[in-house]
Parts: sequence; structure tokens; C-alpha cells
Amino acid sequence: MVLKVFFPSCCSSAESGILIGCWISKQSSAVILAVVHFPFIPVQVKQYLSEVQRVTKVSVSVLGTWSNSKQEKEESLSEFLEDLGTIFSHEPWIQISKEGDSKFWSCSALRKHSNNLKEEEIILVYYDQRKVMLSHLHPPLDTATSTDQEADDALKLSAIFDTVAKSKILFMTDRYDDGPIKLTHWQSDGNISGVCRSRVLKFWPLSFLWSKLSTCEQLGHRLQHLQVISSSQKAQNQTQLMRKANIFVSLLIDVVLGILLMSWLYRKNRIGHLADTLIPVADHVAEELQDLLQWLMGAPAGLKMNRALDQVLGRFFLYHIHLWISYIHLMSPFIEMILWYVGLSACLGLTVALCILSDIIALLTFHIYCFYVYGARLYCLKIYGLSSLWRLFRGKKWNVLRQRVDSCSYDLDQLFIGTLLFTILLFLLPTTALYYLVFTLLRLLVVIVQGLIHLLVDLIDSLPLYSIILRLCRSYRLAAGVKFRVLEQQDGKPLRLLMQINPLSYSSVVQTYRLPTYSCYPKDSWTSLCKKLFLGELIYPWKHKGEKQD
Amino acid sequence: MEERRYRSAGGAPIALRRRQHSASCRELAVRCPRLQLCSLSAVTSAVWLAAYGLFALTENSMVLSAAIFVMLIGLIMYLHFVKIDQESLLVIGSLGIQVTSSYASGKESTTFIEMSQVKDVVINEAIHMQKVIYYLCILLQDPRDPQGISEVVPLFQSSKPRLDCLIEVYRSCQEILDQRKTVPQ
Repeated sequence: MVLKVFFPSCCSSAESGILIGCWISKQSSAVILAVVHFPFIPVQVKQYLSEVQRVTKVSVSVLGTWSNSKQEKEESLSEFLEDLGTIFSHEPWIQISKEGDSKFWSCSALRKHSNNLKEEEIILVYYDQRKVMLSHLHPPLDTATSTDQEADDALKLSAIFDTVAKSKILFMTDRYDDGPIKLTHWQSDGNISGVCRSRVLKFWPLSFLWSKLSTCEQLGHRLQHLQVISSSQKAQNQTQLMRKANIFVSLLIDVVLGILLMSWLYRKNRIGHLADTLIPVADHVAEELQDLLQWLMGAPAGLKMNRALDQVLGRFFLYHIHLWISYIHLMSPFIEMILWYVGLSACLGLTVALCILSDIIALLTFHIYCFYVYGARLYCLKIYGLSSLWRLFRGKKWNVLRQRVDSCSYDLDQLFIGTLLFTILLFLLPTTALYYLVFTLLRLLVVIVQGLIHLLVDLIDSLPLYSIILRLCRSYRLAAGVKFRVLEQQDGKPLRLLMQINPLSYSSVVQTYRLPTYSCYPKDSWTSLCKKLFLGELIYPWKHKGEKQD
Repeated sequence: MEERRYRSAGGAPIALRRRQHSASCRELAVRCPRLQLCSLSAVTSAVWLAAYGLFALTENSMVLSAAIFVMLIGLIMYLHFVKIDQESLLVIGSLGIQVTSSYASGKESTTFIEMSQVKDVVINEAIHMQKVIYYLCILLQDPRDPQGISEVVPLFQSSKPRLDCLIEVYRSCQEILDQRKTVPQ
């Protein structure tokens, strides 16, 4: 039978790796679900696949290899890929390779246990993974009169649709998540999940802004809630009913608080006063930064800096601040009007107002963010350069293929230049490190303030108010158990007990009925955060679900 | 109904009260040592001395009123959430075991464990710092494995009676638990 390979279109540009998916032997078709990238440890991949198999009841396994070489075909890589066939044995072992940007890929299937020397015919079918996963296949209406042949055909396609739909859990992690396995599938396209799937937002600048502003995230979240409430489907069980009620009460309280805030802001023209104080505050922040830079350019805390580098960095940042102040002054006549109209959106909810506040803080301190990025990149380059040249100094080299340090014999002129550069970088380190330290601390301060606001927004979003009020007023509705009380007894008569309902404690009510929020808290532990700070890697304090960052 | 005096693991006097409501229902209540007047006055005077010292430094009378407020709130919260007055065990044969703790402010927190979940009631030894203490606990059955134990529920955790008191409670419980072995359900 002809071998059919169903390949997801989103993986066409994926880097080389191994293919995982499902093999349907009855129809001789391989449905590829994702690509696992190098480096990986085979044992971990097998463990992960058995986990996925256990949860989804779909027999996911390693089907073959995928090589995407941008240049000429590399011989060593092809041997390596064949070796993988012995580690993950699968019958047949599929090898797909793409060269450069060519549309026509070479695909071969190895069968170890067959004596058939004739080349097997392969059909490559591309499918849009996301659409197949979400769609529901409707069988033809006249199934009663269909012949067996048609039923078989329907079975074939529905098997493929089912396989993709059931493997949703596989699409939860992808190569942007930190983990032992890096996958590529439809999620790696970075689709904007949310209610507004309008085409306008797919254009690059708008989608970028949409994902960066927390106000838009919050609005999307609330729209989702509205959808849940206004859906005509009746709640099937208790949990769904409570969830709907919680969302409704939370939205109501949010809007009421927002309208209260709005009425307070617009009374006595407080918003005008706010707009008036905004520009002087931004100016004040910029002036403080300038003073800080002047201090750094001198002899900060008694430390002696490298004068030339100090002056260069200091002047560069000072010019930045000068530009920033000019932009702020350019915007100043419009600030009051913008703030007035933006303040009206507080009627959509208190959470939206808080998110707007957080976004305004982010925009006003954008220059601090820029400085942090410059300082961090400079410091990171310096650290990597120093570590690499330190290895050269000791006569060692980083082996990229084996991911370890190996000894290496350098030429004399390589050693000379390397040592020279190492000395230069080492003596310039304190200056760069000090700038990096100062700007990182400032950035962390801003992050902490924004974090507190987001914490408050999350609290309002996720608190199940309806459940708490129910526990307060009708505590018998939420039962943790029962309790017995012994009533008056009389000899010879049966034992009399009173059974009462033991209500759930408030902490378990909140834990059980918490509404899910869209933000994930930082996955970095404190040690990995300190390590990133030390190495100069950029830290992203919070990743939102559905947002991809590199 | 009878009441006997014993001592807790720390040496404070406690009282055990036993009531037999029927042949298969017994209530065992252990009354914890009361809040001592001397410790209460010691804490109060320490807090007020500190507040007065702060007032002498800052010349702000708000410190004194804040200290009184903090003291009152602290006392109420201690009585409502921390100080346990009485711990009782109600064993109802073929129904279950109910564990109740009553706090000094009158709050009661109850847990009921069904008889089918109870494997046994035993006295366990524990090494805590430099002491070896005995405690009574209920062993819960693992629904998947009839021989295994899924959870251990310790009893009388704040009154901490000594072994002699525990033996009395243990005997009373076992008399009722024995009934379920002789009368197959």
C-alpha cells in the first residue's frame, strides 16, 4: 500500500529534529504531530511520549527524522539521523529532508523487516494543524445507505481528525518553554489567542502592541468572561454553574468599582490635575536620572572608573535622556485630552483602570527599560567574551558539538591577540558592571511596582465572590462533611443523634472555586534568576499565556 | 459520666471526661490547660512598656492608642484561632468517629470520619526534640489497597495527654471498634 505522510504546514520551517506522531497501520498513514529539536536525551523523549500516551490514549511515538539544512546537504548529519533510527525503532522509519528553501522535499521510508527492494511510493499531505484540531468532522448524512467503501473512507479521515484533536496536551509545551524537550507545532506560530481574531490584528505592528499592553490582555480576558456568561448553553453540573455565577458577580463588582472610580476622578476635575502633574513628574524622573549619570561619570562611591569608557557610556545615556525629555515636551499639550478619554474606559472595570495605570508607568519609564537593555547586552557580551578568552588563556576551547570544554592548541599569534583582548576586557569590567548594576536595580524597582499592580488585578480577577457570599449566607450549600450532635437520651430507647452540615472553610472555598487568570507567574526560581542577573541575560518578569518571547 | 484528672506532656493539669450515650456511642473529652493569668499579664505589660518607650522617643500619642488596639486585636485573634479549650472524640459504632476542637472564643471545628475509612485507632510514639511523646491517632484505610494506610490523623494535639490518659481513651475506643468485627456489616 502507498505510504501517506500527513505533515503539519507549521513545521515546514522548523529546524532539524525528530518527528513524533501517530502511525495508523490499517491505512498505512503516518500523522505527524510535532518536531522535537536537538539537543534531546532519548530517554527523556521516550518518557515524555509514554506520559502523553497515558493521558491522551493516542499511541504517540517517534516516527522518523526531519532535516532542514539551509546549505548543502551535510553527510555527517545524515549518518547521525540514521543512527537515531536504531535508538527509536519504528517500522517504517520515515526520513524527510528539505534543502534550502526548496518546495520539493525528499522523503524516504526504511523498512528493516521487509524483503521488498522496490522503492515504496510516498504521498506527502500538508495539513493546517490548528484548523484540523478545532474542527468537528461531520459524517455524511446518508450513512444508512452508504456502502462499506464509503464508510471506510470516512473512517480514514475521522481517524486523522481524532488523532490530532486528542493530542491537545502535546501542544501545551513548545520550544519556547524551558524544558528537556523542545517541540515545534502550531502553537509555535505564536497565534494570538483571544476573542478578536480580526484580520487587522494579524498585521505585525498591531499584534506586537496588542501583546505588550496589559490593558488589551485584560480586555480580552473580560470579553472571554462575557462570552462564557452569555452562552445559551445551560450549565451541566454544579462546578460550571458556580463558575458562571462567580464570573458574573466578579464582572459586576468590577464594573461598579470602575464606575465609582470614574465618578471620583471626574468630579472636581481631578483628572485634569492628574494630567498637569504627569509632565512635571516625568521631568523630575529624567532629572534624577541625569544626576545619577553625572555621579556615575565622576567617582561613584569612591570607585575609580576607566575614564574614557565612562565618559562614552555616560554621554550616550545622557543624550538618550535628552531625547526622551524632548519627546515628553512634544506630547505635553495633548496629554490632558488623551488622559481624559482614556480615563473614560475606567467604566469598563477597575481592573482595566489598574492595567491602564500599569501601562502608563511602563510607558513613562520606557527609557529606564532601554538603559537596562543596553547595559545588560553590553555586560553580557563582556562576560561571554571574558569567559571564552579565559578558556583560551588556559589553552581550552568550547566544543559546540559535544557541549563541553576540550583542550585545544592555539597558534602563537592567536594566543597573543587573545591574551591582549582578555586583559582589555578584564580591566574594563568594573565600569560596565557598575552601569549594569545601577540600571538593573532601577528596572527591578519599576518591575516590582508593576508586579504589585498586576497582583491586585489578578486578585480581583480570580476571587470567587459569589462562592464566598454563598458560604457566608447559605453555608449549608457548600459542605465539607457532616457533624453529629448527641441529643437527650432515654434508657431503653434508641440513640438519638442530630446530623448537621459541616460547611467548607473559606480557604478551601477560595481554592476550589478560583477563576483561572491569564498570567503565569515567573517560572524562574530565585537561583536561576540570580544566575541570569549575574550573566547579564535579559529577564522577563512575567510571561502571559499565549505570548511567545525569545 | 465521669471526670478524671491527668497531666499533659508539658506537666499542665488536664481533665478527661467520659460519657456513654449508648452501647455503641461514647464521647471522650479532654479539657486543655487554661490560659494562665500570669502569662497574659506578662505579655500585656511587655507590649505596653515597649509602646511607652516608643512614645517617649517619638512624643506621638498615637503610639499608645495603637498599642492598645494591637493588644486587643491580638488577644481576640489568639482566643479565636489559636487557644483550644477542649478536644473531644465522639465514637459512634458503625457510623464513624467525630473529632471536635472547641476554641476559647466558642468556635468549634469538627471533622467526621466514616467508619468504613477507619482502619484502627492506635497509640504511636514520636521523638520530638529531646522527648519521646505518645499520641493517639486514627489510621485511615487506603481504598485501593486493603492492607495499606492512606493517612494518619493525630488526635489531642494541643492538650497532649500522657500515656495513662491515652490508655483510657484507647480502651474506650477499642471496645466500640471491636463491635464492628463481631457484627459483620
